[in-house]
Amino acid sequence: MTQSGTSLWQDAWKRLSKNKPAMVSLGFIVFIILVAVLADVLSPYSYETQNTVERLMTPNSKYWMGSDQLGRDLLSRVIYGSRISIAVGMIVAICALISGGIYGAVSGYVGGKIDNAMMRIVDVMYTFPSLLLVILLTVLFGRGLFGICVALTIVSWVSISRLVRGQVLQLKEMQFVEAAHAIGVRNWAIIFKHILPNILGPIIIILTFEIPSAILTESFLSFIGLGIRPPLSSWGSLANDGFQAFKSYPHLIVFPGLAIFFTVLAFNLLGDGLRDALDPKLKNVSP
Amino acid sequence: MTLVYILKRLAISIPVLWLLVTLTFLFLRIVPGGPFDQDKALPPHIKANLEKEFDLDKPVVWNTKKWSEGHYIQFFTETQYFYAMKKLVHGDLGPSFKYRTRRVTDIILESLPVSIELGLYAVLFAFLLGIPLGILSAHRHNTWIDHTSMFFAISGVTLPSFLIAVILIYFFSIQWGMLPAGLWDSGFEYKVLPVVALGIRPVAIIARLMRASVLDVIQADYIRTARAKGLAEFPLMMKHVVKNSLIPVITIAGPLVAAVITGSFVIEHVFAIPGMAKHFIQAVTNRDYTLVMGVTIVYAVFLIVANITVDVMYSVVDPRIKLS
Repeated sequence: MTQSGTSLWQDAWKRLSKNKPAMVSLGFIVFIILVAVLADVLSPYSYETQNTVERLMTPNSKYWMGSDQLGRDLLSRVIYGSRISIAVGMIVAICALISGGIYGAVSGYVGGKIDNAMMRIVDVMYTFPSLLLVILLTVLFGRGLFGICVALTIVSWVSISRLVRGQVLQLKEMQFVEAAHAIGVRNWAIIFKHILPNILGPIIIILTFEIPSAILTESFLSFIGLGIRPPLSSWGSLANDGFQAFKSYPHLIVFPGLAIFFTVLAFNLLGDGLRDALDPKLKNVSP
Repeated sequence: MTLVYILKRLAISIPVLWLLVTLTFLFLRIVPGGPFDQDKALPPHIKANLEKEFDLDKPVVWNTKKWSEGHYIQFFTETQYFYAMKKLVHGDLGPSFKYRTRRVTDIILESLPVSIELGLYAVLFAFLLGIPLGILSAHRHNTWIDHTSMFFAISGVTLPSFLIAVILIYFFSIQWGMLPAGLWDSGFEYKVLPVVALGIRPVAIIARLMRASVLDVIQADYIRTARAKGLAEFPLMMKHVVKNSLIPVITIAGPLVAAVITGSFVIEHVFAIPGMAKHFIQAVTNRDYTLVMGVTIVYAVFLIVANITVDVMYSVVDPRIKLS
């Protein structure tokens, strides 16, 4: 045993860096996030300038992804669309993780009747058809960035709370937690110092799988015309715009669709890689 | 025993359904804009008549006017909510707000079979393709066959279904003219593309699950014993491995139904199929309260039944799991 110098995280990183698909995905994710942040600098044209002379162009050297019905450059629109899509994915994943995580942790840690009652609520949430609920919630909260994120968070926290509760229940029975109790460590200190660091691995994995699922759901919503509204546009709403004319100009829908596909694929492959690297036994977190 | 369990679960589902109905009702009433707000305003007396016809002239949840008049029971009963619930209990979903001459029950009875047919074919397609794919992948574990089919499986989970649908239409209908690009007719050719487009995601889910399950079973002691006794590879796979690996796959009806319902929203939109999802989307945009309510109830009942079926299936295929 000469591993005494490496921590769990260094070990995990070592395993992850050997996983080629996961590393390529990580690179791609960094790239997409940079594109979203630097959209102003990177996009060759304005995303809203209409050029009625050059409408519905197929991809060419001037417009790499072609132009749409109003003569707007599709590449620039896809670049700006990444902002909304990525933002929705990240915001929803983080909010759902915080709310679902705290809910599940409290439920699992407190246990007893309170746990029972809290899990009943989760059961009821599970029975709701989630896509219908999202649609109804967006009717209520509006279809801006805020409304979409709130609606998606409300349907996403449930499964996270179940997972976190399961993890906490397992850890609670562990001897080191019992020992901490025995020497009089306070509850909050046990939660933050002993339990939280031990479920950080699963939490990171959940986060990586939650982001693409939020991106996909948002794109579904926007594609059927019940998601983000103009002037904002996401990859899903770009695909919806392109849908009207796709029989003659398929590139209008294929490029936004591919952007969604590659991003979601990258997050999923990274999630698979992280799961293998952090906890090979953890099988039930994948979508 | 199982029957008692099922009845118990159904009984628990009733308050859940009630909660869902109430929430949906409130959602629709809170949002600004009513079903009769149109670009061209209706004459006030016609609007008043319409609202009276649809019980919209009453307060939403409580009637303070009746309270101040001393009618304390009518405080609750003379409301939109109470009228809607009363009709619902009698199985009457009322007329559609948008298509005023049609009843919601008729619209659902007309569109539900379409959605069910589409969904059933998609699930069937998913099992027929996903299970062999998973077995093949596991049997050729870590070969190029495994890697290719698993790459397709993960693509199937991550490809947005509208992209699959559009690619299929582009090639099979527009370029090669083999199949119709939309609509839903009795002919077989109308069903191929929507079913495939809707089924790809379930195929991927089943294939991944089946592969993991077969890999699990293959390592079991009794498989090694069977091998040691000299059983040939094919009967070994069919009789011992596949049979036992099917257990976890049979029980994913829940996620599968959810995936098919979610997918049907996109597929019915792309192929212009007159199913429930298409009606729901339109109903939400039109603020067609009664139709939204009806479709929501039908979907919820579906999910509830699917969840109960899953739990019962668990105990049927694996007697070690007890229903409680």
